[in-house]
Amino acid sequence: MNDVLSLREMSRALAGGEISSVELTQDHLARITQADSRLNSFITLTEEEAMTQAAAADILRSKGDVRPTLGLPIAHKDIFCTEGVLTTAGSKMLDNFIAPYDATVVTKMADAGMVCVGKTNMDEFAMGSSNENSYFGPVSNPWDVDRVPGGSSGGSAAAVAAGLVAGATGTDTGGSIRQPAALCGITGLKPTYGRVSRFGMIAFASSLDQAGPMTRSAEDAALMLSVMAGFDPKDSTSANRNDTWLTDILNNGIADLERPLVIGLPDQYYENSSNQLSIETARKELEKLGHRFKSVSLPHTDAAIPVYYVLASAEASTNLSRYDGVRYGHRCENPTSLQDLYERSREEGFGDEVKRRILTGTYTLSVGYFDAYYLKAQKIRRLIARDFDRAFGEVDLLLTPTSPTPAFQKGQLTDDPVAMYQQDLYTVPTSLAGLPAMSLPCGFSQDLPMGMQLIAPAFREDLALGLAAQFQRQTDWHLKRPGEIN
Amino acid sequence: MSWEAVIGLEIHVQLATKSKIFSGASTAYGASPNAQACNIDLGLPGVLPVLNEKAVEMAVRFGLAIGAQINLYSIFDRKNYFYADLPKGYQISQFETPIVGAGSITITPETGSPRTVGITRAHLEEDAGKSIHDLYSGQTAIDLNRTGTPLLEVVSEPDMRTAQEASAYFRQIHTLARYIGICDGNLAEGSMRCDANVSVRPSGQTEFGERTEIKNINSFRFVEQAIEHEIARQIDVLESGGQIHRETRLYDPDKDETRSMRSKELSNDYRYFPDPDLMPLTISEAFVANVRETLPELPDARCQRYRDDLGLPADDAESISSDIDRANYFDQAVNGGAGAKQAANWLMGELSAYLNRYGTSIADSPVTPEQLAQLIQRIEDGTLSSKTAKTLFDALWKAGAEDGDEAQVDALIDSLNLAQVSDDGALTQIIEELIAANPKQFEELRGGKDKMLGFFVGQVMKATQGKANPQQVNDIIRSKL
Repeated sequence: MNDVLSLREMSRALAGGEISSVELTQDHLARITQADSRLNSFITLTEEEAMTQAAAADILRSKGDVRPTLGLPIAHKDIFCTEGVLTTAGSKMLDNFIAPYDATVVTKMADAGMVCVGKTNMDEFAMGSSNENSYFGPVSNPWDVDRVPGGSSGGSAAAVAAGLVAGATGTDTGGSIRQPAALCGITGLKPTYGRVSRFGMIAFASSLDQAGPMTRSAEDAALMLSVMAGFDPKDSTSANRNDTWLTDILNNGIADLERPLVIGLPDQYYENSSNQLSIETARKELEKLGHRFKSVSLPHTDAAIPVYYVLASAEASTNLSRYDGVRYGHRCENPTSLQDLYERSREEGFGDEVKRRILTGTYTLSVGYFDAYYLKAQKIRRLIARDFDRAFGEVDLLLTPTSPTPAFQKGQLTDDPVAMYQQDLYTVPTSLAGLPAMSLPCGFSQDLPMGMQLIAPAFREDLALGLAAQFQRQTDWHLKRPGEIN
Repeated sequence: MSWEAVIGLEIHVQLATKSKIFSGASTAYGASPNAQACNIDLGLPGVLPVLNEKAVEMAVRFGLAIGAQINLYSIFDRKNYFYADLPKGYQISQFETPIVGAGSITITPETGSPRTVGITRAHLEEDAGKSIHDLYSGQTAIDLNRTGTPLLEVVSEPDMRTAQEASAYFRQIHTLARYIGICDGNLAEGSMRCDANVSVRPSGQTEFGERTEIKNINSFRFVEQAIEHEIARQIDVLESGGQIHRETRLYDPDKDETRSMRSKELSNDYRYFPDPDLMPLTISEAFVANVRETLPELPDARCQRYRDDLGLPADDAESISSDIDRANYFDQAVNGGAGAKQAANWLMGELSAYLNRYGTSIADSPVTPEQLAQLIQRIEDGTLSSKTAKTLFDALWKAGAEDGDEAQVDALIDSLNLAQVSDDGALTQIIEELIAANPKQFEELRGGKDKMLGFFVGQVMKATQGKANPQQVNDIIRSKL
């Protein structure tokens, strides 16, 4: 089977009349049907809806619609509500939930003419770093099927890495786009908090959750971002901004950087990473391109993981209260009382990691513990954000490893939640600060892809994308394919 | 030993917005179950709240009306607890930082003198749905139409000492809320409900006794009865050597008693924390100033104006000013040229009687205040007698109610031939004829039998079909003696 094209390549092929959206979509569906039994990257395939959307796109094109996104097949993480389609968030709790409405992201991409071929697998309610917490089974890493793809957007990452789709949506609360992107050798962007609407995206931790693109290149990530981004009156936390570069990117691709950048290397991110070597190689490439490097300090980095797990769990514990067996979702058999209905529906419907976080969050919000945990964590969160503010007074972007290790073996960390949480070491601080960050391939370790992370000031995704595009024009890490799949 | 009660009320005022506080669904009362619960109200996965600005405006109106501090920065929190009619598993409310700070109102209990009741705070929150336990045997039905209806919870200081004061306070908040247009005031539909915190202490003691909370009282009468009962119960317990326990009690109006619902020790830890789906609410000074400009004249100020400027008796002033529609009607009648005292009499007399009889609200009165003003002017200028005025009022009412026409007052007086015969010559002629026809009676009158005056006046009225000016008739007869 031919290697899948990138979104931009498909866009050009569609524009040139070389292929129709219907053909492209059929091709995608066939590829998924053939390859996904090994990967388990999809929970639901939406063949019928996809073919309808593709046919509609072809009709629009025949009537002169030349939008670059028209007719491009993509996949949505199964955390986005899709009207009339099963929407599970990777949980037994929602294994019967047909969403009655579309998430704003879903609407925007459909309105742009994009074709959704299916819903991708994920850690339950986006809680996890290995995709082993899915009720629908673990996802395999296309580079080594015995290894995890990372999480929680592991299904999207694996599907893109395996060439089943060229682009998929992901969501990132503490690293759930960037870490799987790194572990699967793809490009993933977590935009600034507020850049993309959260309406219709099933909430894990509201003050941290942010949707973003997972693709094979910065150019494709930019294309998807330009469609996903934008103020949404249905989301009170979405940012009302008018960044014209977003439309420029859609029509013309990523603009060249106006000048060489000063790139910060935060000391605290280079202490324990097994990723030093690939970052060092990437750094040399970037130097060749004229960029300068500078050491910076983000002194509160150590506190980020505990702060994150206090705050994210606190928010999750109440965000997940609505799953009570009363109105929708899993309900236990023959409840004997309201209390029994709650207890058994939730006991049966939630997996261990979700329960762990609900318990933690309930505890930290309780009278007597609230000040010591929740309020203290909020204070440290502000200090972490200030660290970044200071750093961005000196540098344009930050370069760090995305994850401490390459993809690990399935089952390797499942019994050690704290070790699992350490996967988020380099991604969580930016989430707490609400900053945009992207991961892109920068080398291999033991034949497994490694990712580097670019962190930008708030709402400066253009800087990270600009540098990433320039880097990807010089290097071919992002073009490498997992051999055993193709 | 004599005892003193200490009472504070928490009143939930349902704000009269068209849509809900965090969704676009309608708040109209009486729709079929769950017809007005949208995806957001249902707490579906992925939905988010968006604050209704109208609710904010109404909260500010209330704050200004009680002279309270308006907090330009306030925070919405989640109050977490599980209940079948609470779809998200939490209620969005304001905990530590409410939109309205401390203010006060003046109450006038039926017995006792006016006093000021402090209001600690008022905050915005969403209502829950309804659980209906008696519709299906062994099952509970859930109606989420009410879910997300905006509420302003008004928390008083423990400033009241009798059940009558508490009831007067509840009434005053009700009056005020209707006045400033933030609540339809319909108690039967649950538009205003209150919880009462009640404790007793020996008279003269400054510390408060342990209190109980009586939940969900929805009428002025029940507030008084429930508190009355609870005070008596607590005194009984204390006098027989027992102790009051902090608990929530429910008032049963059928049995006129309160009973324990749950003790506070077992109550929920609500795990309040700021709702991360909503930004802190910031409002500008300009917004507050705009709201201030649209505030109507408030009941206290109005009552005082009626007494001091218009010379109404205190009772009348109080009664008319306590309802904004009545007060507006009155003001329009007075502006239309009616004397204040006459306008008040008609409003509380004939008009009230007709409104009651036909079950019409004053805002929908078929007789407009302008018509009433003209009618009163025609009494004052002697065109109408009190009797013909009533006939005219009835005709105006019917014309307005049946035809929807606003009849011309003077035209109607003519067409119904209601004008008093005030013409001296015509009356003198009638009286002279009557004297001639009834010489015996006239002699008796002349002899000092004053009762006979009534006979002659009656005869004149009969001859004129009630249109003679009684005073004039009297004068003419006396001039013949």
